[in-house]
Amino acid sequence: MAQSDREGGVAPVQVRGTVLTVRRVDAYVAMTVVAPAIATRFRPGQFIAIAVGGPQSAMLGRRMFSVHDVRPDHGGTVEFVFAPREPGTQWLADCRSRDVLDVVGPLGRPFPVPREPASCLLLGVGTSAAPLFSLAARLADRSCPTDFLLGAESADRVFGALTARRTGRSAVITTNDGSLGSRGSVVDMLPTVVQQARTDVIYASAPLGVLRAVCALADRYAIPVQALVTEPTMTCGTGLCMGCVLPSVGNDGITRMVRACVDGPVFRGDAVRWDDVGTIPFDALGAPGWKPRPGAPASVAAPTAPSTPDGPPAHGSAGERSNAG
Amino acid sequence: MPADLRTRIGHLDLPSPIVTASGCAGTGRELAQFTDVARIGAVTTKSVTLEPRAGNPAPRLAETPSGMLSSAGLQGPGIDGFLQRDLPWLLSRGARAVVSVAGHTAREYGELASRLSDAAGVTAIEVNLGCPDAAAAGRPFALDAAAAGQVIAAVRGSARYDIPVFAKLSPEVTDIVAVARSCVSAGADGLSMINTLPGMAIDPVTMRPALAGLTGGLSGPAIRPVAVRCVWLVREALPDVPIIGAGGVRTGRDALELLLAGAALIAVGTVLFHDPSACSRIQRELEEELGARGVDRVSDIVGRAHEPAGYGAERHSWV
Repeated sequence: MAQSDREGGVAPVQVRGTVLTVRRVDAYVAMTVVAPAIATRFRPGQFIAIAVGGPQSAMLGRRMFSVHDVRPDHGGTVEFVFAPREPGTQWLADCRSRDVLDVVGPLGRPFPVPREPASCLLLGVGTSAAPLFSLAARLADRSCPTDFLLGAESADRVFGALTARRTGRSAVITTNDGSLGSRGSVVDMLPTVVQQARTDVIYASAPLGVLRAVCALADRYAIPVQALVTEPTMTCGTGLCMGCVLPSVGNDGITRMVRACVDGPVFRGDAVRWDDVGTIPFDALGAPGWKPRPGAPASVAAPTAPSTPDGPPAHGSAGERSNAG
Repeated sequence: MPADLRTRIGHLDLPSPIVTASGCAGTGRELAQFTDVARIGAVTTKSVTLEPRAGNPAPRLAETPSGMLSSAGLQGPGIDGFLQRDLPWLLSRGARAVVSVAGHTAREYGELASRLSDAAGVTAIEVNLGCPDAAAAGRPFALDAAAAGQVIAAVRGSARYDIPVFAKLSPEVTDIVAVARSCVSAGADGLSMINTLPGMAIDPVTMRPALAGLTGGLSGPAIRPVAVRCVWLVREALPDVPIIGAGGVRTGRDALELLLAGAALIAVGTVLFHDPSACSRIQRELEEELGARGVDRVSDIVGRAHEPAGYGAERHSWV
């Protein structure tokens, strides 16, 4: 229904998906759900929103998960990885094979991939690294060499180290306690890796603090970043609740409060005002005391989606756009 | 045979009593991906303000047991952006638009109403009285019968005669009937209730308030009994005034409960965050619930709970 709302892309669907497998991967839970309609629409970087607690659940917020991978078996399955930390994800971790879940997806703007072969660095922390592996496959299709830089608190929390070593041109692992790879954070290793790999573009999926540091460093080296955010916490995933806003500078230079779920979760690193996340910058459109510039065109007063004036940003064009811009 | 859901309020003809609640349906575009917006009763918009607003900082929402605390701060494009882009889109999809308006003075509300009256296609205006009153040190209009009445009078005075005006009432008052009466005598064509209840949550991990705005409005199934009581009381006092009932409606059965209490329309809100196709589902479930009770028309059961026990059943067998 209403597919034309996402010009060039496909609208998300709400499906009842049967759980195929639930397994422990180190400190995490990996779950596979049969959802052909989502699997066929999926592009790397997009996420799914799952209702937890059953039909009369007291937990009204959906839980968001970046899709790790989609596979064609059973008509199409979707795999995601999470750490059960609160009652909602705990409930999900207790689900078993053949349980049925209410899943909405695929949601959000996917990672844009370069048109020409470029040296790509894929940087991830903990489970946030999950969406990088389907991206790596897509980049490989385009003959882009990929290097991995993965980090976590400890060895059992580094996600996908083996796959990274197998599929990447190089893979550097960091842990805070030094139990795997080098001791420290991914940010410490970033300058070395970037220089050795002659990185053209960085794809980063990590907590906010790491993304901020990565974007600051990348800015110094003049390397474009595509950053996948998981904060602020999303409640609905579909853009209805307006909960997950962060300040982002549009192409017109105007800062707007945009929703991470529909305008992201993938943002250009230089578009997000990382230091101002969690605030309303005084110069943001519509901030207290804000006034339209005298003589400004009417479109300046138009809000939200920076890339397209109508509806959520176009998927088709976003996917084909070069990162260099 | 499924029951007839068509609903008539004044001169408004709606295909269904199920509408969206203000602030829970985005611009309509987000919802349209999951629900045919032309087939539900109406889409109530986010509250429209005169100027664009950036809203409050994140985090804006916190999950509470069967509820949601929110303080989004009315982020929106302002009336110009709304009239340029959002309203035409809703109309192009065949949706009926109930436009919620918000301001800080009665004058702002009046100006919004006159701007909306100049635009074609506004089905109704819902006046969000939950905004802080600049003249009363930030106390919401809805908490004071006189202040609420002044706003409604300003809107009714500026709105075109054929656009019905609904006043959205807060449950946070000692006597909701007094506010309801004041709004109706100021010219409100109908009432909408309830807005959120004030609440607060503290995050045990950060040991800080869960919302950037510190406190927020509680919505969702947790407040449904409060909504039922408010609708009941107002229907009892003002039986001829149409009511939009809202408050945690999650199933067709929940909608039925508010209809029985006296609401003619049912607004679905927070539950849309949980289930974006809730409007269509609730509409279908309501049809089934009515069919199972042998009710032919939804209008027949509005306020039925106010009739003496046994009367409804008896009359039904007689019909």
